[in-house]
Amino acid sequence: MTTPLLTAEGLNLHFGAIAALRDVAIDITAGEVVAIVGESGSGKTTLLRVLSGLMAPDSGTVRWLGQDVHAMGEAARRRLMRTDWGFVHQNPRDGLRLAVSAGGNVGERLMAVGARHYGNIRGEALSWLAKVEIDATRIDDLPRTFSGGMQQRLQIARTLVTRPKLVFMDEPTGGLDVSVQARLLDLIRSLSRELGLAVLIVTHDIAAARLLADRILVMRRGEVVEQGLTDRVLDDPQHPYTQLLVSSVLAA
Amino acid sequence: MMPAIRTEGLSKAFTLHLQGGTRIPVLGGVDLAVHPGECVALWGPSGAGKSTLMRCLYGNYGAGAGRIMLRHGAGEIDLVSADPRDVIAARRETLGYVSQFLRVIPRVATRDIVAEPMIARGVPREEALARGTALLHRLNLPERLHGLPPATFSGGEQQRVNLARGFAPGYPVLLLDEPTASLDAANRAVVMALINEAKAAGTAIIGIFHDAEVREAVADRLFEVLPHQDAA
Amino acid sequence: MNTSEAPSASGATTLEGYNFAYLDEATKRMIRRALLKAVAIPGHQIPFGGREMPLPYGWGTGGIQVTASILGPEDRLKVIDQGSDDTTNAISIRRFFTRVAGVATTEHTAEASVIQTRHRIPERLLREDQIMVYQVPQPEPLFRLEPRRVETKRLHALADYGLMHVRLYEDIARLGHIAKAYDYPVMVNGRYLMSPSPIPAFDNPKMDRMPALQLFGAGREKRIYAIPPYTDVRSLDFEDHPFRPIRAPQACALCGSRDTYLDEVITDDRGGRLFVCSDTDFCAERQADAAKEAAE
Repeated sequence: MTTPLLTAEGLNLHFGAIAALRDVAIDITAGEVVAIVGESGSGKTTLLRVLSGLMAPDSGTVRWLGQDVHAMGEAARRRLMRTDWGFVHQNPRDGLRLAVSAGGNVGERLMAVGARHYGNIRGEALSWLAKVEIDATRIDDLPRTFSGGMQQRLQIARTLVTRPKLVFMDEPTGGLDVSVQARLLDLIRSLSRELGLAVLIVTHDIAAARLLADRILVMRRGEVVEQGLTDRVLDDPQHPYTQLLVSSVLAA
Repeated sequence: MMPAIRTEGLSKAFTLHLQGGTRIPVLGGVDLAVHPGECVALWGPSGAGKSTLMRCLYGNYGAGAGRIMLRHGAGEIDLVSADPRDVIAARRETLGYVSQFLRVIPRVATRDIVAEPMIARGVPREEALARGTALLHRLNLPERLHGLPPATFSGGEQQRVNLARGFAPGYPVLLLDEPTASLDAANRAVVMALINEAKAAGTAIIGIFHDAEVREAVADRLFEVLPHQDAA
Repeated sequence: MNTSEAPSASGATTLEGYNFAYLDEATKRMIRRALLKAVAIPGHQIPFGGREMPLPYGWGTGGIQVTASILGPEDRLKVIDQGSDDTTNAISIRRFFTRVAGVATTEHTAEASVIQTRHRIPERLLREDQIMVYQVPQPEPLFRLEPRRVETKRLHALADYGLMHVRLYEDIARLGHIAKAYDYPVMVNGRYLMSPSPIPAFDNPKMDRMPALQLFGAGREKRIYAIPPYTDVRSLDFEDHPFRPIRAPQACALCGSRDTYLDEVITDDRGGRLFVCSDTDFCAERQADAAKEAAE
């Protein structure tokens, strides 16, 4: 097995008396999609924030290629955030610049890492809009004129344009219509395969996890109660909570 | 010769936590070995655990005890205890599974569903598509359906998509769960031919065949799966 | 009001009861410390305890405080506004320093030791023994792109300037060219993104490796920054859309110059117009030289 890109051990975090994370360990290797599932308040979004360095744990370590994420300076962490990492927010408004055109949104990460050729930046933006199925004629339009699904696809293009190794996704299909969700899931699935991306996706949508993820972690009250191969965890759940979670899903 | 896949003392029980922790033992002490080029049919009454055994062999179900040793790469891995990432690698390279039902992926065209496992194994995209299309033709799936997602296909059509997806890569070990259940006679004959060709190519096959004609045509021996003694 | 005035060294009358150059010495020392820091970190904005001045914000209170802190009795001050020495703003600032510091003033760039400016850099090359003081309304080049001050500070600290390029990208995407004609952002010493104050982009190249010290004061925003002599100052651009200093493609109607920045003057209400040098001192010198040559 290859060495993991990201490794976390012994993560603990309390908000007052509430344990948001309890002795959580996780690792993720290149090219694999890992889903973190659980109900609201189970700590999955907190875990994503701690793993991506946005929030510090009370104890425990997160390492990126061996380097302690919480010990590195903010400059290094931000550099990571715009090169090797990407973050897709549930609400596209948190991940996009609404007053900047679609092309500018996609180009920003390129310019942040030093791209200084307008024609090339625009070419890349066009090719990424095509990848996420946004019409080329919309390149100079503001994202606020886009539908929710388009905004989310634009956010994904903006995040992937610098070819990150690992993308954190927080409920990326959250506020979308079901038909729009399917399209987005398919897009995430095909892009992650095509680019060999590692994806850490937080979702409460079991069907989305089954479709996308190689591995799954089930969280409850800040604890990982079960983890493993996605289809094994979902088809042969061992923990009472996982059984409840799986049996609560309407079959489609 | 070393078996392509073997189990040692494989046991499986389900504990239903939502029903007061009821424990249902299904498999106990299963020892099965299948060699390359051999086709073994699981045999036993309904509910005896044939499908459960198949799912255990694929790693889809965990096991309570025992080992499932799969010849993979230069060595063997135990699907019961292996890291999920190694199970995924084994499924990509070594272990194929044709289930009774196709799990439909939204928006993905039939030809891409069939080509996908080959592409994952490193087959160039064009070649994978060509091999998949040839197999779909052989299974009499009309060309006009190849570009459509199979969500709206009939049961028989979906099963043929599933068969093409399972047979095209040429896995060393292939698990077949009622591969001819919803097929007509012509397509059944195609599947029997495919199985025999795979055997000739050295594939180890484990199958559940309710259809006696198919079973007799492809199986080298039967492996009896009996209801667990403790079962109520 | 009846204020008593006394004659100064330069012959003008100074107001009594004020410290030299209006600000008290403690304030000047505070501002000089900020200036030293600013010079040490070219292009980096230094906060300072800006004082209330007897002029409204927008009239150059930042520049005035910087000038007040560096001015000595021997200095000769020039004040320009839009390139001209005789606009209301320029005259009132010049008069202010005449009355509170008694320093000599001049309209000639070559004679000045300190030049306070709004909107222009003189056309004549500046020397090592001169200091430029810029009046700055908004010191933060990222202001319109990122309204949170805490975040812009962080972006500067990390030299994370992709956002500014996004702004330029947007211009090209919408208009085919970078539309910023003034206050055109620059990188100072390859490190800090800096607002050059609302000078025309045409003047940006003059900042690059200028022999004179350049000081910037923003009164309302209470920030000071600086460019030491001979520092690299580069205007942001794209490889395929390089920075171009733009001027009206005309000759000055008065001196005939074809390489200076021109103002457009409407001469009547029938559409008549004239292009003349914005730098009145430079234009006058050229006219005098031409007259002399013609006479010889």
